[in-house]
Amino acid sequence: MNTIEQNLLKEVADLDSLPIGAYNLRSNGQLEARNTTANIDIVTKTDKPGIDIYIKPGTQNESVHIPVILSKAGLKDLVYNDFHIGENADVTIIAGCGIHNCGGGDAQHDGIHTFYLGKNAKLRYVEKHYGEGDGRGKQLMNPTTVVHLDEGAYMEMETTQIAGIDDTFRKTTGDLAAGATLIVREKIMTTGEQHAVTDFDVDLNGEGCSANVISRSVAKDVSRQEFISRINGNAPCAGHTECDAIIMDHAQVLASPQLTANHVDASLIHEAAIGKIAGEQLIKLMTLGLTEKEAEDQIVSGFLK
Amino acid sequence: MLELRNVGFETDDNKEILHGINLSVTERFVAITGPNGGGKSTLAKVIAGIYQPTSGQILLDGVDITHMSITDRAKLGISYAFQQPVRFKGLKVKDLLSLAAGKNTSVNEACAFLSEVGLCARDYVDREINASLSGGELKRIEIAMVLARGTKLSIFDEPEAGIDLWSFHNLIRVFEKMYEQTKGSILIISHQERILNIADTIVVVKGGSIEKIGPRKEILPALLGSADAGGPACSVLTEKVEGVLGA
Repeated sequence: MNTIEQNLLKEVADLDSLPIGAYNLRSNGQLEARNTTANIDIVTKTDKPGIDIYIKPGTQNESVHIPVILSKAGLKDLVYNDFHIGENADVTIIAGCGIHNCGGGDAQHDGIHTFYLGKNAKLRYVEKHYGEGDGRGKQLMNPTTVVHLDEGAYMEMETTQIAGIDDTFRKTTGDLAAGATLIVREKIMTTGEQHAVTDFDVDLNGEGCSANVISRSVAKDVSRQEFISRINGNAPCAGHTECDAIIMDHAQVLASPQLTANHVDASLIHEAAIGKIAGEQLIKLMTLGLTEKEAEDQIVSGFLK
Repeated sequence: MLELRNVGFETDDNKEILHGINLSVTERFVAITGPNGGGKSTLAKVIAGIYQPTSGQILLDGVDITHMSITDRAKLGISYAFQQPVRFKGLKVKDLLSLAAGKNTSVNEACAFLSEVGLCARDYVDREINASLSGGELKRIEIAMVLARGTKLSIFDEPEAGIDLWSFHNLIRVFEKMYEQTKGSILIISHQERILNIADTIVVVKGGSIEKIGPRKEILPALLGSADAGGPACSVLTEKVEGVLGA
């Protein structure tokens, strides 16, 4: 692996070397390295590009890293990754995609991740998207996440896209059985002429299930963001969606939270706030000796932390 | 030493808030008091650079800072605790204390500052400065930030506002300790007798100018004896209160 690829790996997965535990590293559309454990198996799909990850029931405190890196210009990569997480397992999955595009065409990675969580399974899923390039070609990413939570399953999803992705359409759908919980925390920053669309669609089907979708975003320069979230309460359940955006310069932000209650005991809440950095926040940090620019950077990085 | 020479401030719509302010902060502890709407907070903001004076001159240790930015004044050694502290989503108490101290403060250092203002540090270091903190908690964190800066001039705008009576006693101790331990000057806007009572100098600001200035011994007895210090009493209210007491 060369320095560029190592940097990408560091950005998306916080990895300096190959991780401990199970992993599948994909580089420029090819398998680069793989490791399985007694409880976690990774199998290459035969009908389409991608992998199946099988986690045995009851697996505790193990992790799976599945970073993808693209460093060749003009490459379009499409993968289908399916995660089968057994009953009562408790695991962490760290995915990430880094693109280094040195010009000569657009580089694109579309990952379609489908999660099947068994009864009472617990998953923390961390996903990070990062792009860099010299500006001659675009970095494009369109991650799709499909989540099926069986009874009592719990999934926390942290998704971050801070820099370098020119165009992204991020779609997440989910269906929850009785007592299941889905928590999504999304952080996005767009700069320049970037465009990011986030689309959540969650069906709360089982009694006592709940979903909480929290998005924090910063839109700078002339970038555009759209946040769409739909929570459908089909049973006695609790749903909350929140979009909090800082808008700067000449950016545009559209927030469109939608709630549908199909059951009298569905309790659904949405919150959306878009605003610029408050002047008094800047002033406060300037009275601590920061310049206006430094104050702005602190506020933005704190907001997205 | 801070010196204000004939300082005036008008709003954009030509409303005069301050005029002809001459003030030398030579003492260690100076309290500014006076009726609400008299210009005290504006004066503090003009000193901190949040408002630019429309006339006059401000000097800090002989350096003309009249047209300096907030940042430059802060770097020269002016700290300012807001009357209504600002909330920040995502920034933690420890982050702001680090920014205030100008270095990455250790948990122990952060704890020391927070303990000073009566907050159990372990519970607060990792708290976000967001809506989950009460007004009183924010106020104390605001004061802790000024302690963390340790500059030569610390301005506090009504530190007692929003702090419950129970904590107020501790707040007085914070200022007493600051007075004993730091070499800088404290400029404090307050209506509280117990704060005025530990000041070296008291400045009474009313109607946008300095009405009285002098040592505490001279100014305080007159202030406490005069109904004017708190503005004219409402006769209807006075009668009601007396009626209740009489019954």
